[in-house]
Amino acid sequence: MIEVKDLYKEFNGVPVLKGISTTFEKGKTSMIIGQSGSGKTVFLKCLVGLHVPESGLICFDGRKHTELDIKQRRQLRKEIGMVFQGGALYDSLTVEENIMFPLKMFTRDSYSDMLKRVNFVLDRVNLVNANKKFPAEISGGMQKRVSIARAIVMNPKYLFCDEPNSGLDPNTATVIDNLIQEITKEYQMITVINSHDMNSVMEIGEKIVFLKDGVKAWEGSNKEIFKTENEAIVNFVYSSNLFKKVREAYLNETK
Amino acid sequence: MNYLKHIGKYFIMLKQVFKKPQKWSVFREMFFREIEDLGLKSLGIIAFISFFVGGVVAIQTALNVDSPFIPKYLIGFATKRSVILEFAPTFMSVILAGKVGSYISSSIGTMRVTEQIDALEVMGINSLNYLVLPKIMATLLFYPLLIILAMFLGIYGGYVAGLLTGKFFSEDYIYGVQLDFDPYFVKYALIKTLVFAFVIATIPAYHGYYVKGGSLEVGRASTQAVVWTSVVIILLNYFLTQMLLG
Repeated sequence: MIEVKDLYKEFNGVPVLKGISTTFEKGKTSMIIGQSGSGKTVFLKCLVGLHVPESGLICFDGRKHTELDIKQRRQLRKEIGMVFQGGALYDSLTVEENIMFPLKMFTRDSYSDMLKRVNFVLDRVNLVNANKKFPAEISGGMQKRVSIARAIVMNPKYLFCDEPNSGLDPNTATVIDNLIQEITKEYQMITVINSHDMNSVMEIGEKIVFLKDGVKAWEGSNKEIFKTENEAIVNFVYSSNLFKKVREAYLNETK
Repeated sequence: MNYLKHIGKYFIMLKQVFKKPQKWSVFREMFFREIEDLGLKSLGIIAFISFFVGGVVAIQTALNVDSPFIPKYLIGFATKRSVILEFAPTFMSVILAGKVGSYISSSIGTMRVTEQIDALEVMGINSLNYLVLPKIMATLLFYPLLIILAMFLGIYGGYVAGLLTGKFFSEDYIYGVQLDFDPYFVKYALIKTLVFAFVIATIPAYHGYYVKGGSLEVGRASTQAVVWTSVVIILLNYFLTQMLLG
């Protein structure tokens, strides 16, 4: 379990996260949602250690992230996989080399073993015949899959995704969402996704944390989101007519 | 005050760079890649410029010593001295600051703005050590070779210029090149080259690594990197000359 307590982060004296507390559980797909500038990305970057919070606690299965020494932190980071918004694939490396990179850095496996593992994860994300291509030669959806493959190649315990389906068409976005959820269940990972996409939230958000102006304004599941009367999240999620109608239909059905 | 902040940050960066590589095999791979990108790919331009600069120095000297009281071998002597002491180490380093400096700064800067550096950090990799140390080692190893080549080609350029223009005899030129040869001058040039090589690898890396924003900022960082690298080379050249020859 990842436990976050009273997380506070500021930039140049401007508070961005104002005391956020929540937990993320194993085998569940958790989502952080909120408007642009609400602090979602900063929150995610604090969780993975790219930002150091001013105060608060982040605990990975009992290990307090802020109190670990460099070696322990490095060890913890090996247990973390991250899918970046733009993929963050290394341009000068092929798809195969990109995915093999963490294995090369952290294992003593032979090349053939590493290649087997690379092919296994590529197969897992349904990407074949792309091994020798460079990131610039494949589509955005394929880049996201490669990014997911690289994130899971080391069998991480924790998977973080920063807007994994931004810029993708609805079909590909759904495929990516389902893939992340399947992998989460299969490997019993703790998955935290930062998203704007309400389709994803409704589809795979087993736990949803809604941030507003750096504060946790609501938390619950994708089922609870239909029933909630919390004004902040209702205004955010049901800002489109389509979702308003979906909610009405759901509430009528469950009456 | 801002300059002091940057200087402090630069040295803090160097502290992170000079750590034991996390995996030697990966470091070796990166090192050879950098030898190719930063060294071998600069061979052509260095050869071209040094050959013609040597030729121009010889012609200019010949035009300016057009007196029966000044021996013609002085052309070869002056060309050798100019090329070894200044043109090869300093002038070529400024050229490399432009070519290699902008490459280092923009490649690292692009990695920064596309979150590739964040991806390294999340994996638990010391990104500065991984990205910058191979560049420093490659430039330190390869640039002295490049500068020695520039010395030879510069002097040879002067010789060819004499042959083509007929302004001086090649025997005089060769005699002048051989006259009063002091190996310390080559040592001095190589010491300067090592210092400049370090500057060429690290200042652009600093500008690229700490860039914030998008492609426009990467472009700006690249320009700043070239300007500052050149300024530091020129300043260090003055102090090193004073220290080593003064």
